[in-house]
Amino acid sequence: MRIALFITCFNDTLFPRTGQAVVRLLERLGHEVVFPLEQTCCGQMHFNSGYHDEALPLVRRFARVFRDEPLIVSPSGSCVAMVRDHYPHVAKESGDPELIEAVRTLGERTFELSELLIDVLGLGDVGAYYPHRVTYHPSCHALRMLHIGDKPLQLLRAVRGIDLVELPAAEQCCGFGGTFAIKNADTSIAMLDDKLTNVQETGAEVCTAADNSCLMHIGGGLSRQRAGVSAVHLAEILASTEAEPFGVPAVGSGDAITVVRA
Amino acid sequence: MTTSASWPDVPAFPLAAKSALADAQMRRNIGMATSTIREKRTGVVEEMPDWEQLREAGRALKERTLRHLDEHLLTLEESVTRAGGVVHWARDGDEANAIVTRIAKSKGVSEVVKVKSMATVEIELNEALEAAGITALETDLAELIVQLGRDRPSHILVPAIHRNRAEIRDIFRRTIGPETLTDEPAELAEAARRFLRERFLRARVGVSGANFAVAETGAIAVLESEGNGRMCTTLPETLITVCGIEKLVPAWQDLEVFLQLLPRSSTAERMNPYTTLWSGARDDDGPREFHLVLLDNGRTDSLADELARQTLACIRCSACLNVCPVYERTGGHAYGSVYPGPIGAILTPQLAGMRAAGSLPFASSLCGACYEVCPVKIDIPTVLVHLRDRSNKERAAASLKGRLDPERLALKAVAKGFATRGRYERLQKLGRLGQWPLARKGKIERLPGELGGWTKARDLMPIPDQTFREWWVEREASR
Repeated sequence: MRIALFITCFNDTLFPRTGQAVVRLLERLGHEVVFPLEQTCCGQMHFNSGYHDEALPLVRRFARVFRDEPLIVSPSGSCVAMVRDHYPHVAKESGDPELIEAVRTLGERTFELSELLIDVLGLGDVGAYYPHRVTYHPSCHALRMLHIGDKPLQLLRAVRGIDLVELPAAEQCCGFGGTFAIKNADTSIAMLDDKLTNVQETGAEVCTAADNSCLMHIGGGLSRQRAGVSAVHLAEILASTEAEPFGVPAVGSGDAITVVRA
Repeated sequence: MTTSASWPDVPAFPLAAKSALADAQMRRNIGMATSTIREKRTGVVEEMPDWEQLREAGRALKERTLRHLDEHLLTLEESVTRAGGVVHWARDGDEANAIVTRIAKSKGVSEVVKVKSMATVEIELNEALEAAGITALETDLAELIVQLGRDRPSHILVPAIHRNRAEIRDIFRRTIGPETLTDEPAELAEAARRFLRERFLRARVGVSGANFAVAETGAIAVLESEGNGRMCTTLPETLITVCGIEKLVPAWQDLEVFLQLLPRSSTAERMNPYTTLWSGARDDDGPREFHLVLLDNGRTDSLADELARQTLACIRCSACLNVCPVYERTGGHAYGSVYPGPIGAILTPQLAGMRAAGSLPFASSLCGACYEVCPVKIDIPTVLVHLRDRSNKERAAASLKGRLDPERLALKAVAKGFATRGRYERLQKLGRLGQWPLARKGKIERLPGELGGWTKARDLMPIPDQTFREWWVEREASR
């Protein structure tokens, strides 16, 4: 199946490894991955920060770039939620009937990675191997906007070699919230602190999620605490096999962002 | 307008939150209370097979009512008048306070007893009455604790949620006695009961808010857990109700939906303990005189905003406060408003204006827990980002400082940069080059200016040597 990758500006720039993992995983499963190079940003950062006039051209651009793609996947719950939940609202406010129609079908064609694997491709086991102790943080937008439920956990449970441990108070927000983490840094840190305590309580060496934004937050905190726990995107775990392990990046070494050479 | 939902002496949220976060006792008290009620609520909601349909019914009823509020309000006025009540219209808090003060004065009283009411705290009625020489006594236990402690409410349902038993004992010892009081709940309740009973019996004027006002019949509904409210609505000769215009429901039958939604969402009870309903006034039972003050105080401005108007559907259950990870940590006072938490973050700026409460729409990580529990499905996260947009625009329009806000300039520049592939890719390279003074041994531990908020407690990984798209292009070329 032809699948267009919506990488998100955030992953493109800061977490290329995650994109590479999605490509490796989907190609291993026998699909054709295309990457429209014209894509930039979905506008979520502007929309959520309250700059709606600035978000609108980015929404238009996204709709144009992905207009003819039948199936779109993204390793970001919150950016998919932007496309599916907020695009109709932005389009409606613009009053442009063409944009309204364009984003309507876009929402139906855009999937978060675990949604694509389970709902569209009908896979529970992607044949991954990851011999590490892992705990899963359900990121808020994937959980409460996309309602992906336990789909990532279903996929993780099928991974061979994994020691999957439940995260206490998993559904509590990690405190990231985009500009919230900076504008309301003190409150955000108070929230993060509880999340870090819970992550460490599991004894896991890896904390995973469907969103690198939350993982950057949690991982940044773990690194500062010298906790010895890595934050790794779900895609990287699912891409890992015995023959081609993706590995656990060392905390704060810069490994987390090291590009895997093609 | 001198009275509004926001407290001018409380600084913007980030600063107020900073000191609140350091209050260990408050954090323990709020953390305990919210986690208990959260769990109880989940239990009584999960046992309802039609909860989602009920929520949808509540939302739809409120939406339709608000769309025709003008007509329903006139119907309500007619019904209340027909039932022997007097209806007053108040444009703002000052007008409402003047009406209540005038009525109380005309009865020659120096004391009124009050049912717990958000609307009267919003308009600072107690302070207005006090200025006119009339003492307004709060009779809801938690509200009384706040009043006796010369404190402010920090929760919609449990205004004294930030206090524990030992603190309440100390407040009571200092004010209503006895000095030998312990922190046993039964003893504390008994002390309040003794103090209040006397006042109920001598009160000649009662003041209440309203949970619902039924347009069709003129009935006013007050829901409470203690029975103290019913004392105030039945014993005094004169009853004055201050009711926000959004509290209206068209028909008696509509109560069926809300009387199921509200108790389970607020106190986590299956059925509300004391539900008092009355229409107008009569000679043989209850108050001889009934006054209904219909309060606008910014509500029609909110109605004018098509997206934000859903805020007015709120039935003040406070479920959103109890699940909010921000509220749970900062408590209510940091919001600087009688309406704290997620609902306060969208309601207060609309009632008090962005100048007074413009920092509140940003006091959320947009985690969406509030929307999930809201019994009338107010999409709080979407209203929050909508109000952020309004707040940013108003700030920019109001001053040069607002226009030159670093975040605004940066995000505008980024939006321009993301408009074409070429510019976007140049920005990526620029970021990679520009970070070199900050990155040390594979991480960034300190960022300059506003961004420093991040590195207070979080490291940042530097931008890697190759973007995803560079990798992709390289890979495609080598194939």
